[in-house]
Amino acid sequence: MTTEVADPASSAPTVRQPGLLSRVMSGKTGPVAVMLLLILVIWYAGAVYLNAPRLIDGYERNDTEWNFSQLTDDAWAMERPILPAPHQVLIEMNDTIFGKKITSKRSLVYHSWVTISSTLLGFAMGTALGMLLAVGIVHVKALDKSLMPWVIASQTIPILAIAPMIIVVLGAIGLTGLVPKSIISMYLCFFPVTIGMVKGLRSPDPLQLDLMRTYSSSTSQVFWKLRWPSSVPFLFASLKVAIAISLVGAIVGELPTGAQAGIGARLLVGSYYGQTIQIWSALVTASILAGLLVALVGVAEKFVLRHMGVIHAGGAR
Amino acid sequence: MQNVAVKAEPAAANRSAGNSVVETEQLSLTFQTADGPVYALSNVNLTIEQGEFVSFIGPSGCGKTTLMRVIADLEQPTQGSITVNGVTPQEARLNRAYGYVFQAPALYPWRQVDRNVTLPLEIMGLSKEEQAQRAAQYLDLVNLKGFEKKFPWQLSGGMQQRVSIARALSFEPDLLLMDEPFGALDEITRDHLNEQLLRLWEKTQKTVVFVTHSIPEAVFLSSKIVVMSPRPGRIIDVIDCNLPADRTLDARETPEFLEIAHRVREGLRAGHSYDD
Repeated sequence: MTTEVADPASSAPTVRQPGLLSRVMSGKTGPVAVMLLLILVIWYAGAVYLNAPRLIDGYERNDTEWNFSQLTDDAWAMERPILPAPHQVLIEMNDTIFGKKITSKRSLVYHSWVTISSTLLGFAMGTALGMLLAVGIVHVKALDKSLMPWVIASQTIPILAIAPMIIVVLGAIGLTGLVPKSIISMYLCFFPVTIGMVKGLRSPDPLQLDLMRTYSSSTSQVFWKLRWPSSVPFLFASLKVAIAISLVGAIVGELPTGAQAGIGARLLVGSYYGQTIQIWSALVTASILAGLLVALVGVAEKFVLRHMGVIHAGGAR
Repeated sequence: MQNVAVKAEPAAANRSAGNSVVETEQLSLTFQTADGPVYALSNVNLTIEQGEFVSFIGPSGCGKTTLMRVIADLEQPTQGSITVNGVTPQEARLNRAYGYVFQAPALYPWRQVDRNVTLPLEIMGLSKEEQAQRAAQYLDLVNLKGFEKKFPWQLSGGMQQRVSIARALSFEPDLLLMDEPFGALDEITRDHLNEQLLRLWEKTQKTVVFVTHSIPEAVFLSSKIVVMSPRPGRIIDVIDCNLPADRTLDARETPEFLEIAHRVREGLRAGHSYDD
């Protein structure tokens, strides 16, 4: 809000209300809407640009008269476009999310649930593993030296290369379905949890540690009363990364299983049959799911940190 | 009137009086650093009697905090001997013989004020009722009644430091170690807390060891002032200081006060010229 004297002749200063535009743009909605609009414009333009060569080929073969508006109309309505237009993706999503029974194999809700369930199981296992490793690394010097290089090396192997082998090896010992996919999620998501937790568990300052020593407290008391609460803000930062890559892990895990079910299966089937609209609607659904999962962790973070008396996330001390 | 009593041999005089809380003999501590050894403490002989208020005063790097940390078993001496309550500092620490107040409040930000005060009580396994009763009692003692459910960031620096004093008192140790507890506070708050601490000491009859680099603070609070000097960290004078027990901040303008302050300043100056 700006206060200024509107008219030099009048002595009373008038408060000028900020315009509608600046009010909308100062919030969250304005900037987000502008970005969304920009993406849509680029997307529609891109659809015309990428789909045009095939359409023009067709016009010339059939000796059809065409103009630019004809071209854009056709480019945004192809059955198997190189790049489908946003509204085509939305119609397909509406069709497969709301238009099908959720038990149907053609329902995106069904496939999303398959992916989400292995994401969540993998996330839970990865978080548990990540915490366990962090506690070990912080408390046992030998583990700090011996384990950390392996933890880092594990993430340099491309997940796409190792996923089929995990599925095959676990299949050979009778593990199929949910668990192998979750293990791939776990493999990806334990890493940020370990890194964040190690940093968090080491974050108490020397004074806070000295204080515990003056009470001659045990290692477990130091852990539960000091190290663990200190690490919570770090943990949540890691969990946000972890849950997003858990979803990636679950989708990658669905690819080598013969594409039975899940978002990954939709992607694979779509690419077999050139169903680009189906691929894109699966992709958009996956990113919406990722957004929702991260937001969910964010809500949990806000709740926990408020309970711990921390007002700003990240400003824990 | 003998307000100032000079002791030729600081530590030896009370060696036989069985109720000494801290006793050191030829205590030395050398830190090995990349730039060579640092002589933090050199041949320190000191006796602290029960019920005394002893201040360590000296410039930065004179080892006053190190000496306190040795008493608390947070540092290990490299030579000489030290006993706390007649046993080694480690045994004294395991017996929870002392409460330590650090330079910073060192409160745990995720705990409300009362739960910061009960932290040592939880560790020592007191019952919930006992914890609540002690928290109320000691927060009242440091004039923080009504702030039990606040988080540390909602309190001013002076209030936070008072919480940390309540925390150190809560498990009722006989020995209170205070390492420049008011160093980071403004002078007005500091004066106020000095007066409160003095009343507290009178009321509780605890032994207090207090580190400071403020001459008025040391003279106002102490029954004994230990003047220290750096490189190597050593004791250069021990001054008895017997101002009336019911003194207020006004006592700082009395001739007795100024006389002791003058002697402390002389001692500090002598320590410094020795260094040059």
